[in-house]
Amino acid sequence: MTDKELTDKSTTYRKNILKYIVGAKAGHTGGSLSCIDILNVLYNEVLNVSPRNFGSADRDRYIQSKGHCVEALFVTLADKGFFPESDLETLCRFQSHYIGHPTKKVHGVEQNTGALGHGLPLAVGTALAAKMDNKAFRVFTLLGDGELPEGSNWEAALTAAHYKLDNLCAIIDNNKLQITGTNAEVCDTHPIDSKFESFGWAVREVNGHDVKALKAVFAAMPFEAGKPSLVIAHTIKGKGISFMENSVKWHHGVPNQEQYQTAIAELDAV
Amino acid sequence: MGTITENTVINSQANQDVFSATLLELAQADRDITAVTSDSRGSGKLVKFGQELPAQIVEIGIAEQNLVGVAAGLASAGKKAFAVSPACFLTARALEQIKNDVAYSDNPVRLIGISAGVSYGALGTTHHSLHDFAVLRAINNITIVAPADNFETREAVTLAVKYNKPLYLRLGKKPMPLLTEDTGIGFEFGKGRVIKEGRDVSIIATGETVYPALQAAQKLEQESGIRATVVSMHTIKPLDTELILSLAQKTQAIITVEEHMVNGGLGEACAAMLLQNGYQKPFKIMGIPDEYTVTGSQTEIFNHYGLSADGIALAVNNMLVSL
Repeated sequence: MTDKELTDKSTTYRKNILKYIVGAKAGHTGGSLSCIDILNVLYNEVLNVSPRNFGSADRDRYIQSKGHCVEALFVTLADKGFFPESDLETLCRFQSHYIGHPTKKVHGVEQNTGALGHGLPLAVGTALAAKMDNKAFRVFTLLGDGELPEGSNWEAALTAAHYKLDNLCAIIDNNKLQITGTNAEVCDTHPIDSKFESFGWAVREVNGHDVKALKAVFAAMPFEAGKPSLVIAHTIKGKGISFMENSVKWHHGVPNQEQYQTAIAELDAV
Repeated sequence: MGTITENTVINSQANQDVFSATLLELAQADRDITAVTSDSRGSGKLVKFGQELPAQIVEIGIAEQNLVGVAAGLASAGKKAFAVSPACFLTARALEQIKNDVAYSDNPVRLIGISAGVSYGALGTTHHSLHDFAVLRAINNITIVAPADNFETREAVTLAVKYNKPLYLRLGKKPMPLLTEDTGIGFEFGKGRVIKEGRDVSIIATGETVYPALQAAQKLEQESGIRATVVSMHTIKPLDTELILSLAQKTQAIITVEEHMVNGGLGEACAAMLLQNGYQKPFKIMGIPDEYTVTGSQTEIFNHYGLSADGIALAVNNMLVSL
């Protein structure tokens, strides 16, 4: 896919995220908009995973640790043909499988996530199984920067380096905001790069909204043989909608009709 | 059958040692069997496993949350992951990983809680697991099994390899006499085993309390002519309601015995089920009371709380006197 095609897809995905969040009157708007370019590039350029090979033991795995941004994942999976996009009209409705966090009841979802600090240990175990079985598949997991204080992440970071899991890539959606305020105000985890480097990871930083740069960074994986790869993706919470960008109130804010129309108009103008 | 003699204690091993020996034997023929440990291969007797099958053991270090999360990842990719860690840490520190990564995500991890109950009696409450039945019973999609003896342990481990669902196996560290091998009853998760029959009272015990329960039954018969049925209720969930309801009909009273706090364990599971089925005969739960737990050897703690041949026999006598 050309960079232009990918960028256009991101715009479509952003519109769909907003559409279904407005329909559900619930959702994690800001974070879904910050990570959607990463998901776009992963599913359209990087991952060997599709509705056809999802039952194969050799498929690549994507585990979304920041499960609350499920709208970004659902919109992407629908576009990839895992289920009809119209299913998302039931988002968060009574008895719908399309709930506010990823569940395996939805075709294409690898693990039931939502509690933070769970994606990385799961990804480490999955990547370790690939190594033990001499399989070539790779494992990707997306973490929010706000979930880094969960201790299980650091336990898993040690294990990933200990077992030299260079088939593992963790991506941090580094939008620098969480529900209470900035990461720095809540629990300052910076510097993230040197922390992971000291744990034995190879680290790269990227503009998490630049599809060309994202393609390049994933193509360079593993960044070092014998080391797990960490991508620190610098992103903007609420990216693409002027009044949502860098505003913590859109962590799980739901646009009203007027805001929704303004947002769509902004995306149409891109 | 159902009689304890001097021979029953000869060659007895701890259930957790039988677990590790059985797992090694099975793993030699199945390369997907993977032991996952949290610096626990010594206490889990998995040193030999690590030496003989180094490619089938994953050492995590002392990090139980990660132990369970990684095991769930391994299981999702087809490994028969046995996450082995002291029950006290496994089922408390890693409870959210058990709830979400194993049970909710339906990753078939075999959680092996070693040195369970008050096996680490003198080490204190940090090292006791008297909450594990209660917390795991309140989580959907996990089978809870506490084998009574070496025979049941061997059977449970063999079944666990084929059991493609979340499972918790609770094992102690004290050598256990062979109690049930000769009974000719099969072993199946969810089906309690009647190891002694009697029409007066039912003693439903689990794990390492089946031994004193059987001793109590012998004592009652010899000293008071009271005939007790003794059940090894090795599976706490799903509970064998059919068997318990049949005992409710056949015998005059039911007493449950467990190496667990009286809150939320086998006894309350039986009580709730019996009450909802109209049971109105005497019923008693024996376990560790809701208090600051005494310390000492497992046997000393059992004796202190009446989870002994004498204590259980006394409780049965007191119940039957009131009839």
